[in-house]
Amino acid sequence: MPTQNESEDRIALLQGTLDLLILKTLVMGPCHGQGIARSIQRQSEQVFFVDHGSLYLALQRLEDKKWLSAKWGVSENNRKARFYSLTAKGREQLVQKASEWQRLSRAMELILGS
Amino acid sequence: MFKRRRSTQDFDDEIKAHLALEADELRREGLTEEEAYRRARASFGNAQAARERFYLKGRMEWLDNRIQDLRFALRQLRKDLGFALTAVLILALGLSSSVAIFAFVDAALVKPLPYQEPNRLVMLFESIPLGPRFHLSYPDYLDWKRQNTVFRSLDVFEPFGFMMKTSDGLRQTDGARVSSGFFRTLGVKPVLGRDFYDGEDKPETPRTTLLSYAAWQRRYGSDPKIIGQPVVLDGDTYTIVGVLPREFSFSPAEPADFWSILKATSTCRGCHGLYGVARLKDGVTFGAAFANIKAVAENLEKMYPDSNRDQKAYMLPLAEVITGDIRPVLVVMLSGAGLLLLIAAINVASLLLVRAESRRREVAVRGALGASQRRLALQFITEGVLLTTIGSVLGLAMAQQGMHMLTLLIPKDMLAAMPFLRGLGLNGHVLLFAGALAIAAAALFALTPMALFRVMDIREGLTEGSRSSSSTLWRRFGANMVVVELATAMVLLVGAGLLGKSFYKLLHTDTGLQSDHIATVHIQAESEKYNKDELRAALAHEVERRVQALPGVQAVGITTKLPIEDADWTSSFTIPGRPDNDVHKEVAVRYVTSGYMNTLKTRLISGRYFAAEEPAKVVIVNQTLAKQYFPGEDVIGKRIAFDSKNPLLIIGAINDIQEGQLDAKPRGAAYMPFYQSPYFNGFVVLARTSQDESSMLSSLTATLHDLDKGMALYNPMTMEQKIHDAPSTYLHRSSAWLVAGFALMALALGVVGLYGVIAYSVSRRTREIGVRMALGAQRRAVYGLVLRQAGWLTLCGLVIGLVCSIGAAVSLQKLLYGVQAWDAITLAGVAVLLGAVSMVASCLPAHRAASLNPTDALRTE
Repeated sequence: MPTQNESEDRIALLQGTLDLLILKTLVMGPCHGQGIARSIQRQSEQVFFVDHGSLYLALQRLEDKKWLSAKWGVSENNRKARFYSLTAKGREQLVQKASEWQRLSRAMELILGS
Repeated sequence: MFKRRRSTQDFDDEIKAHLALEADELRREGLTEEEAYRRARASFGNAQAARERFYLKGRMEWLDNRIQDLRFALRQLRKDLGFALTAVLILALGLSSSVAIFAFVDAALVKPLPYQEPNRLVMLFESIPLGPRFHLSYPDYLDWKRQNTVFRSLDVFEPFGFMMKTSDGLRQTDGARVSSGFFRTLGVKPVLGRDFYDGEDKPETPRTTLLSYAAWQRRYGSDPKIIGQPVVLDGDTYTIVGVLPREFSFSPAEPADFWSILKATSTCRGCHGLYGVARLKDGVTFGAAFANIKAVAENLEKMYPDSNRDQKAYMLPLAEVITGDIRPVLVVMLSGAGLLLLIAAINVASLLLVRAESRRREVAVRGALGASQRRLALQFITEGVLLTTIGSVLGLAMAQQGMHMLTLLIPKDMLAAMPFLRGLGLNGHVLLFAGALAIAAAALFALTPMALFRVMDIREGLTEGSRSSSSTLWRRFGANMVVVELATAMVLLVGAGLLGKSFYKLLHTDTGLQSDHIATVHIQAESEKYNKDELRAALAHEVERRVQALPGVQAVGITTKLPIEDADWTSSFTIPGRPDNDVHKEVAVRYVTSGYMNTLKTRLISGRYFAAEEPAKVVIVNQTLAKQYFPGEDVIGKRIAFDSKNPLLIIGAINDIQEGQLDAKPRGAAYMPFYQSPYFNGFVVLARTSQDESSMLSSLTATLHDLDKGMALYNPMTMEQKIHDAPSTYLHRSSAWLVAGFALMALALGVVGLYGVIAYSVSRRTREIGVRMALGAQRRAVYGLVLRQAGWLTLCGLVIGLVCSIGAAVSLQKLLYGVQAWDAITLAGVAVLLGAVSMVASCLPAHRAASLNPTDALRTE
């Protein structure tokens, strides 16, 4: 269970969006799990709250699907960490998922905005 | 799918790394070391839950549970090693006997014969009043072939012992003569060289022969250049034209090294020596073909009344001819092995039941702690499967050994006549059979304890004191199992008893001769060297003289054919001066010297034996011939004629010598003086000795070898060996021994089962017995209590067993000789034996119960 956060503005991630966010984050280059979590929170201006347990299972799932590859390395502050990077297949998926998402959000906007 | 890409440890490390990185960052944001770490952990959420989710996702949970179950099962078995060993051994014993016997059944009955469409092949015989499976003559073969409308092809063969000329003189070799289309009818092609061509059997073409694969390897070292080479058989030069395939076998003519062409020279309709083999035309049924060939034979009877009277056609599927003799034996053995397996399985199942009883508490605790019914059931299935797997692997190893041992027990000659046994082994069929048995066993062993727990309430199991339901259940399962076991043991024992008795009767059949102390050897002299009657007579005389001179020899005789073989060499005859009445008279004919009957010590009923010189044409007949054709008359002085110009005077009547197999009915036989027609350069010499006859064999052969080194001497054997190794003896002996072996194992298992049930029941009733004794029950009464229960079970087993035994024995009838299926002595004997052994087995627990100390017994819980 995610610990309840003080900020009420945070929204739990929609099903399936986490994968897309992970892929998007990794476009900038390889990163470890904690970095990905931080990056998602920061880029969404602290709106999204990432449950870390789910994040790591999602990373594992994407790795199993060969969208990501992972290897152990050393972080900028000299800590051992498992770094994830996008595979070619992951990149393809990102393009596809992103366009799907844009179509969905445009449709939502049309309905909600009218 | 079962392989994990990433260990849980690695996942754990990653979470730790995350927490460290997060703490670093928080510290950088100004938090204290301690606070940073706390916040990092708090923001991660439940790390343990994530770990678990990862673990469950990554690993095949099901498989994991099975491994757990398996570990647990192994631990359980190791904890109770005695139980595990007993169960595995009993199971392996039961499985191995069934699998080994099935391998024989598979090789003999299941596997198709090595021919094209073997079920369209039939074998043809001429049926005469003496029996249905006799030979046909060459002209009859040609007419059958020409006149039938039902066979695509019809060919003939005859087993034929050749005398092969070698650098060391003549050597007896096994062979066969076949008509030119024989192999095409079977659908067999040589692997080397060519088949016989149509018309190769004409007298003017050169003689040719094919080699069996084994002979090619053994005699010629698999030399491919052998094609075209000559070989001298029976004084004629044959050219080797081909080699038959390795898997080819044709047991009616086997053993055979040379398969040579049968020359179409014989025009004699009365000369029988051939068997027919034919392939049915497409769409023609067996019945229609049989009717057609019968009509052909009847037509010939009308056309040639002299030679063909009472010569009918007889036909059998080829498969039945090849495996017909061994089939009933195999079926009996397989049933025996199956029954043994049944007892073994029941024994193991009841062992499991007893163990399950003692594990009620464990199951109840696991159930109470939340193990699902499914999970508990799977635990039992795992244990059953584990037990069966170990038992089956051991059983297969034992079956392999068993098969090997069983083939060693078959005499060499018999094995040669059963070439289909060459394919014996743990092949696909056999493994499939073993697998099916193992699955059935595993199911039984898993279901037995489950059946017990399905009805059991968990709460009830936790309160160990409540026994009522368990003991009724136990009584229902365990007791019934013992009754089945005892009944099965009884069936096997009765079968063994009957087969054993038949075997004894067979060995003690009145063969009409005293088989002890007789040594025999076959002789074949070169036909070019002994080409005149005088020369052949001189040779026979010299053989008799030299053998007589050997130390210890009391009597010497010569015959053209030994007793206890087949009843071949028959001839039809007439009684001069009496009307023929259209009755076909046919008897066995043997040419013997004056010493023959003394050597065999036959019994003279009337008249006299042959003198050394018989000036007149005379004959000695046996009792059956005398009774059959001269009922109520004195045969001495009567005449019979095998050819109408030379009637023979009957000078003596002797008891029946068993000419055919031991279990054959007595037949008429006539014996004529050897020296009145010495046109044989092959004969058998017999010597009665005062010494050990088997040690005599070598000196007998050596002496005869000295006489003429070019002479073939073969099949040296004692008369006792002849009787013991005869095919009919072998079939009876092997079935008797094997079934006896199964029966003894069944007896042991059945009695152990009974002991187990009674001992267990006593242990469950310890408290009750204590109460009874405390209330004043005598020890005798306690004995009675236990023995009554055992006696009741035994009685039920015996009664059911008795009924089943009679049923089983009736189906055994074909293998019985001189004993009825409902042989009272055997049935009573077995019942007494089984009853006595059962009572002894139950006396032990009864004694234990009676010597209980009531105060101790009351305290047991």
